[in-house]
Amino acid sequence: MSPRRHSDASTQVNKMGSSRMASYVLLLTLALAGLWTIPVSAQGPTPTDDEVNRIAKQLYCPVCESTPLDVCPTEACRQWRDLIRTMLAEGKSESEIKQYFVDHYGARVLAEPPNRLVAYLVPAVAIFLGAFLLFRGFQMWMRPSITEAGVADTERETKAVQDPYVARLEEELKKRN
Amino acid sequence: MIANFGFGVLFITFLVTVYSVFAAIYGDRKQIPAMVESARRAMLLTWPLLTLTAGVLIYLLTRNHYEVQFVYEVTSRSMPTYLKVTAWWGGQAGSLLFWSWLMSAFASLVTLRKWDRDREFLPWVIVVACVTMAFFIGMNVFFENPFAQLYQTFDGIAVHTFKPADGVLFTPEDGRGLNPLLRHPGMIIHPPMLYLGFVSFVIPFAFAFAALITGRTDDRWIRLTRRWALWAWLFLSFGLVLGSRWAYDVLGWGGFWGWDPVEIAALMPWLTGTAFLHSVMIQEKRGMLKHWNMLLVILTYDLVIFGTFLTRSGVLSSVHAFAQSAIGPLFFGFIAFTLITSVALLIYRWSSLRSETEMTSMLSREALFLLNNLMFMSILVVCFWGVIFPLISELFTGQKVTVGPPFYERATAPLFSALMLLMGVAPLSAWGHSTIKTLGRAIWKPTLGALAITAVLFFTYTQKIVVLIGFFLIALVILVTIYEYLRGAYARQRAQGENIFTALWTLTGRNRRRYGGYIIHLSMMLMAIGIIGIESFQVETQGRIGVGESLNLSNYTVTYKELASWDDGPKGVNYTRAVVDVYRNGIYLGQLHPRRDYYYDSQQAMTIPGERATLRDDLYVLLIDWEPASTSGATFKVFVNPLINWLWLGSFLFLAGIIIAAWPEKEMERVAVPVRRTIQQPSAAD
Repeated sequence: MSPRRHSDASTQVNKMGSSRMASYVLLLTLALAGLWTIPVSAQGPTPTDDEVNRIAKQLYCPVCESTPLDVCPTEACRQWRDLIRTMLAEGKSESEIKQYFVDHYGARVLAEPPNRLVAYLVPAVAIFLGAFLLFRGFQMWMRPSITEAGVADTERETKAVQDPYVARLEEELKKRN
Repeated sequence: MIANFGFGVLFITFLVTVYSVFAAIYGDRKQIPAMVESARRAMLLTWPLLTLTAGVLIYLLTRNHYEVQFVYEVTSRSMPTYLKVTAWWGGQAGSLLFWSWLMSAFASLVTLRKWDRDREFLPWVIVVACVTMAFFIGMNVFFENPFAQLYQTFDGIAVHTFKPADGVLFTPEDGRGLNPLLRHPGMIIHPPMLYLGFVSFVIPFAFAFAALITGRTDDRWIRLTRRWALWAWLFLSFGLVLGSRWAYDVLGWGGFWGWDPVEIAALMPWLTGTAFLHSVMIQEKRGMLKHWNMLLVILTYDLVIFGTFLTRSGVLSSVHAFAQSAIGPLFFGFIAFTLITSVALLIYRWSSLRSETEMTSMLSREALFLLNNLMFMSILVVCFWGVIFPLISELFTGQKVTVGPPFYERATAPLFSALMLLMGVAPLSAWGHSTIKTLGRAIWKPTLGALAITAVLFFTYTQKIVVLIGFFLIALVILVTIYEYLRGAYARQRAQGENIFTALWTLTGRNRRRYGGYIIHLSMMLMAIGIIGIESFQVETQGRIGVGESLNLSNYTVTYKELASWDDGPKGVNYTRAVVDVYRNGIYLGQLHPRRDYYYDSQQAMTIPGERATLRDDLYVLLIDWEPASTSGATFKVFVNPLINWLWLGSFLFLAGIIIAAWPEKEMERVAVPVRRTIQQPSAAD
């Protein structure tokens, strides 16, 4: 844009035929040219595909659920990736872009639920409860066996070594150890 | 006409399964063996009937009968015949029929065995198998009829089972064609494998249910179904691996597992099934955990139904949910019915399922197996919660949310690590009793070896602590497994005078389940190498380049050479194929051909990557976009996936391990020997 502006200003200078006026106009032209370039420099260089994908990867296609935006082949997703590119060029931050998509398409565009506490807490509590029950089970099982340890063996254990092959193998292992 | 014939046979099959259920119950209650036998024969009849139904459907599919709605939706004239046949399970109605057909084959196989010693189980095995079949066939008959036809009526084109009064049969010129993603060889085999796994898990459940209802709650049901469970696990595992490979090859995102709800739906019965295969050994060896094993089998069965429901109902939208229908409430009703009935029976028989022995040590093998079960169940809890959380969120807050890979990876990574540690320790512990001293004596050598390998990796490969922990655990499991193998082989060598290879062979042959299991452990570790590699070290780049220009990633350079686009008329496909040169550290390695296949019938495209696979890494190049007019520039996405091929290598070993473990063994003749009081050392043959 600026070369054209510069050309327009030169014409004005010729018409007025005043060097002083020309200086003002030149200054004004430069100032205007400067103003024109402000939005351009705010946009900066075009973001690369990798920069776009870095954010698109963290978002989910609002149409085809369970598909990350960086790999979704639909036309809609292509447009959304272009939107990310434009927003990056405008200087928007990653969180601002993600928030834009959440505002427009809802929380389902995020790879994780916004309320992470509930999402993680429930399975964590269930797992700890399972672990606790197992530990209590161990304690209950172990209690009677403390008095019986080394005294009573079970029929099952007997079966495990009833096979002459197993017995021979065990004997060999003992010799080696 | 032929479609109506197919529907008629299907309806008769439904009636036969219902008859079989009632005849079996009546025969058992009234003690009329002839009625039970009649039920058995009725069940045997279901397979030929369903085979005839399937034959009719295949005829319609291959002969382009587009007046049949299902045929119209999943085939087109341009599809080759083999794809038209496999389109049978490419849509909802057909896949439900496929499920029933496989189920009837397995149920028939079961009823053909000798029942002399287990006569009391027979009626209830028939009841469970036929109730399950009746449910699925009923779905086809009443809701998802694969033989429903298109009719031109006054109101337009409508779908009807029978000809409406004002209707004229409507035959479209061509069908819509199968979704291109389903035309991949992996996807042709993947659903049958998963379904085989699903239906085979019905058999252990049927026997467990029979044991509960008859009160014969000893180990017999477990001994009868042990091999079924192993084969079910084989099919399910193979189905999961094939699905992963399919995703890697055609979904075009450089990964193999996206934690999609439908993937998780197939993983959940695998988790409970794997837990069952471990805990069932505790019942066999020690007479413990009888309640738990019953519960695991019940859970596995209901998760199988739940998995089918998720796959077929489309209730949770995902890349797999190609078909949608209103059969959800019925599925939920069936799951609730079978779950409540089975758990009620379990509670009723609770006292007869008491353990025969007590736990004597927290380091014994049974204790470690219990911990292993806890880990599997914990992963199940995470998966189940992740799948249902979006529904709960929508129900209570009205807000739709996504639960994606970050949640699952964060929540399951420590659980999988704990499982790996247990995989390393448990084989060295003894049944009955183990102490820190005995365990320490057995494990110190493999631990030292694993530490040495980790140190080498620290100096040569990576300094990431989490990854190093993973590699340490992998090395530990591999060394422990090799150590266990060699220990047994050397013992045999000394006892029998065999050379080491013969000793290894005989050792495996004498206890296939144990040593097959060890091979499975080894294969899991190879897979873990691949998973850690791609999860921790994957890099990618994307860019638009002109002919002769390059993209650089890691040590690779990908140079765009040319692009061609052409139509394959008979197949109805447009191919756009790029040629790229590949260099590593400046050395030319060859060419790759990433391409895009566009299918005119379904108006969908499939992205096929160009891959260069080595054990070190996989270079994976995708053609994302191009300029059709000039073909002067094209956009490529390039991934370097380190170690990923160990995953596929592991899956082959995995298959070998399961086949060894599941292969029929000759019954060992038991000879009484004096009772040993304590088992201090790990047994090499249990």
